[in-house]
Amino acid sequence: MFTPHTKADQDAMLTTIGIDRIEDLFQYLPAEYRFPDLNLPPALTEIEVLTELQDIAWANDTTRELVSFLGAGAYNHYSPAVVDAILRRGEFYTAYTPYQPEISQGTLQAIFEYQSMIAGLTGMDVCNASHYDGATAVAEAVNMAYHNFRGKRPKVILSPGVHPHYRETVRTYTRDSEVTLVGDQGEVEVDAGPEELIPLIDDTTGLVVVAYPDFFGRIFDYSELAEAVHEAGALLSISVNPIALGLLKAPGEFGADIVTGEGQSLGIPLSYGGPYLGLFATRQKYVRKMAGRLAGETVDNRGQRAYVLTLTAREQHIRRDRATSNICTNQGLLALAATVYLSLLGRHGLRQVSELCYHKAHYAADQISGIKGYELWSDQTFFNEFLVRCPRSAQEIYDHLLEHNLIAGYPVGKDYPGFENHLLIAVTEMNTKEDIDWLVAGLEEVLNA
Amino acid sequence: MNIPADLKYSENDEWIRIEGNTGTVGITDFAQDQLSDVVFVEIIAEQDEELNQGDACATVESVKAAADVYLPVGGTITEINEDLLDTPELVNTDPYGEAWMVKIELSDPSQADGLLDADAYQKHCEVRLA
Amino acid sequence: MPEHLMCELSVPGRVGFQYPESDVPAAQLPEDMLRDDLPLPELAEIDVVRYFTRLSQLNHSVDTGFYPLGSCTMKYNPKINEETARIQGFANLHPLQPIETSQGALALMYHLQMWLNEIGGFAGTSLQPAAGAHGELTGVLIIRAYHRSRGDTKRNKILIPDSAHGTNPATSAMSGLQVIELRSDDRGNVDLDALREHCDDTLAGLMLTNPNTLGLFDENVEEVNRLVHEAGGLIYGDGANMNALLGIIRPGDIGFDVLHYNLHKTFSTPHGGGGPGSGPVSVTEQLVDFLPDPVVDIIEPGDEESGVPPLYGLVAPNKTIGRVKAFQGHFGMFVRAYTYIRMHGAEGLRKVSENAVLNANYLLAKLRDTYHIPYDRVCMHEFVAEGRWAEAPDIHALDVAKRLMDFNFHPPTNYFPLIVHESLMIEPTETESKETLDAFAKTLIQIAEEAHSDPELLKSAPHTTPFGRLDEVKAAKELVLCCVPEYARG
Repeated sequence: MFTPHTKADQDAMLTTIGIDRIEDLFQYLPAEYRFPDLNLPPALTEIEVLTELQDIAWANDTTRELVSFLGAGAYNHYSPAVVDAILRRGEFYTAYTPYQPEISQGTLQAIFEYQSMIAGLTGMDVCNASHYDGATAVAEAVNMAYHNFRGKRPKVILSPGVHPHYRETVRTYTRDSEVTLVGDQGEVEVDAGPEELIPLIDDTTGLVVVAYPDFFGRIFDYSELAEAVHEAGALLSISVNPIALGLLKAPGEFGADIVTGEGQSLGIPLSYGGPYLGLFATRQKYVRKMAGRLAGETVDNRGQRAYVLTLTAREQHIRRDRATSNICTNQGLLALAATVYLSLLGRHGLRQVSELCYHKAHYAADQISGIKGYELWSDQTFFNEFLVRCPRSAQEIYDHLLEHNLIAGYPVGKDYPGFENHLLIAVTEMNTKEDIDWLVAGLEEVLNA
Repeated sequence: MNIPADLKYSENDEWIRIEGNTGTVGITDFAQDQLSDVVFVEIIAEQDEELNQGDACATVESVKAAADVYLPVGGTITEINEDLLDTPELVNTDPYGEAWMVKIELSDPSQADGLLDADAYQKHCEVRLA
Repeated sequence: MPEHLMCELSVPGRVGFQYPESDVPAAQLPEDMLRDDLPLPELAEIDVVRYFTRLSQLNHSVDTGFYPLGSCTMKYNPKINEETARIQGFANLHPLQPIETSQGALALMYHLQMWLNEIGGFAGTSLQPAAGAHGELTGVLIIRAYHRSRGDTKRNKILIPDSAHGTNPATSAMSGLQVIELRSDDRGNVDLDALREHCDDTLAGLMLTNPNTLGLFDENVEEVNRLVHEAGGLIYGDGANMNALLGIIRPGDIGFDVLHYNLHKTFSTPHGGGGPGSGPVSVTEQLVDFLPDPVVDIIEPGDEESGVPPLYGLVAPNKTIGRVKAFQGHFGMFVRAYTYIRMHGAEGLRKVSENAVLNANYLLAKLRDTYHIPYDRVCMHEFVAEGRWAEAPDIHALDVAKRLMDFNFHPPTNYFPLIVHESLMIEPTETESKETLDAFAKTLIQIAEEAHSDPELLKSAPHTTPFGRLDEVKAAKELVLCCVPEYARG
């Protein structure tokens, strides 16, 4: 199957090696533990394994079978056929890190295109070849800011509007370090806007982290916050949903020093949580502080334009315990997916999908806030997601509508105590007006149930 | 390999030129050769900063390696070489001259007694090339 | 031939993808928040498809040729993996869906956790870490949390052999530990005397790659683990080289406390041009409560007799270190690894490792007379040779590597591990045939001859690839990291 040797091949090879049996190759291993009997189910053929996995998958009801308004950091968008067609090219997906640029120009040039597009989209100067996901990208921003100030500014302000998983990830990463995290521990209200974070900034603050749109879908102009942050000598990091940037001002325009994001919405399937794509872009002056791989332009010895991994001296394989991050891989194939997606959609397509999300979400919000008992939690401008205050437990409403094959959104009570009646509703281009009307009818009906 | 007789050396391949109470610090010819083409120099130390012997004062990067530069003798930074930021290749072409990195006011000149002289440093290099 | 960049191919007005017209009334756009430019190309679908297809053809890949890149396990990636991962019921499942609607995915994760426990000899597994280095970070955080939970707060020191991957020391430093490098002895094992010096009550643990990066099984491993445990430390296993051990030995049986797997190495999930990886972490019983949040567990037992399956759920372990990323991990990779393990069973997995080790030793036997092998004994799934000869003083391992490309072989890993001069780290994997190995050995022997007879041929290699050697100094000095297109200049 996947190992081509015949018995004759193996015998000939053993003869060359000068031993009789394959087992002899393992004579240095502790004898009493050698060759354990593994308790695993018996092997299946391809036909059987496909059937088994289809059966397992059958037990899932997906966003394609249910009507779903679930977002909260992962979004149900359409991925054009071209994206997967390119991802399925073995030359891309069965290659590894382009350590040998002479025979890896495909991967390298694709990374360069990715860097260019994400830098352009975010309004930043440089972008790395990606981090694991939107959460770890924020953790790397914290790490970068900490090292940038050589530990002298250990305080990091996290807006409560940053995705709960991202904040939790940052806590895990920094538990054993000098970094202190404030902002989401009750120092400000959950609905705090950027101006309410400003009083938390002091001369030990290294980084302020906000989201755009934030977890509740709200969009803020962060220009004043950026000014205050810079006046205090700190850095500003903005976590984005890149689809929103098809329509909205680039965070670079606000004065962000670091832009991170979850790139899943750029043509990457939901796939129960991963693999996704961690965006990370920054200003030119911080390029050497940024962790992660980078492709740079150069020429080969025949005078041809070509690309190579550059600034590798910052990375763990050279700096070892002096590296600022241990990151080694990037999300290569997912960065390629995002690149193909953005290339195909182009400037018209991205604007179009961004607007579709915006209009549909606003239609939904209008309709829902028209139902007696429901109201929008915030009157702040929003993109494609919004928080609704329900007349009773959001979880109960959600459970009830699930019985009718409708995922009404995300009840945020488990992440934000006191918000047990609040439902976070996301709308994408995949939701038709009919879906939305059905959601509205369901939300209304459930009150009488 | 060029190892000027009038300098003192650290085992970590820094040199220091001591004139009165002033020291000038850089990295050696051996070090630049091991690094190959230097593409970036960052002086970490700040003007007037007081550093101890062994504290990092600069970082040097080539395409295949990165090295921290440590102060061979403690002191207060009196001058830093800004030219290296734009022309890091000076480290390769003139390691003992134009590529000096920082100048310091020595806090304890006796610390220099523990450094290597040119002969001892020469041996230190040869051992590593073998 | 270099390909144009998309910013150069873009033609104003071209459209690659069309969305349906909006079916809802238009809302008021937030004028003061709108961007006025969108620096993206304008291309038709065929432009995009041709561009990326042509780019792909500039890559060497497992599908197009031998890829013996040491420590990376570039084995063949079965095509069925790509089908199973894309089954609709997996691909379109949202990570925050209620568990009632995602029992299939949870069952799959539960079984994969169990299988990894079984393969490594451990009690609990988290699938969440995104890659090997991320698994290391998770593992080291678990070790720290374990000591802290016992009030044992002075353990701030971690030992790492000099042959280790760079991620090991970088990870430890990131977790605030002081890294102490341990030298290797002359057989490539951890030096026991060096180890004893550091076995005291400040020892948090030891990170050990076994087989190590020389491809050698550490002959002292049980003694190493005993010494560290005696001092109160824990053993972290870097599972980068698990492809040598499936059904051969279980790290948990010989004293490892934590181990990360690389699903993209050992369990055939694709390397993807640099990722995604997937780095599940397995631990012994005493560490299970510290695993990242969440793990999959049975929250309501089923009833086999009446055919009611158990109810699976996502659970936070009691003393969890917390999340290490958003959601549940690289689920798409779990489906592929599940497929792979399910198609092999216990016997098949053992054959994987047997053949991986056979192939490495076969190549070693063929090359031993031509290339110096600094630690020459029976190797595991890979070995390290030196790409240098006293009689060919100008030739470096890099030149051998570049010359290999002329024969459609990907070079071995070079300049790693750091303890060997001019190293060439060769990992053939089990999926390569004897013919491929023979051709590769023959080519390496020919290159060794050329190194002596015509060194310039190596110095100027590669010759037949679409690109020659690159000017890395120029790239690092000029730092052109983005295309600045006409349309972005305004």
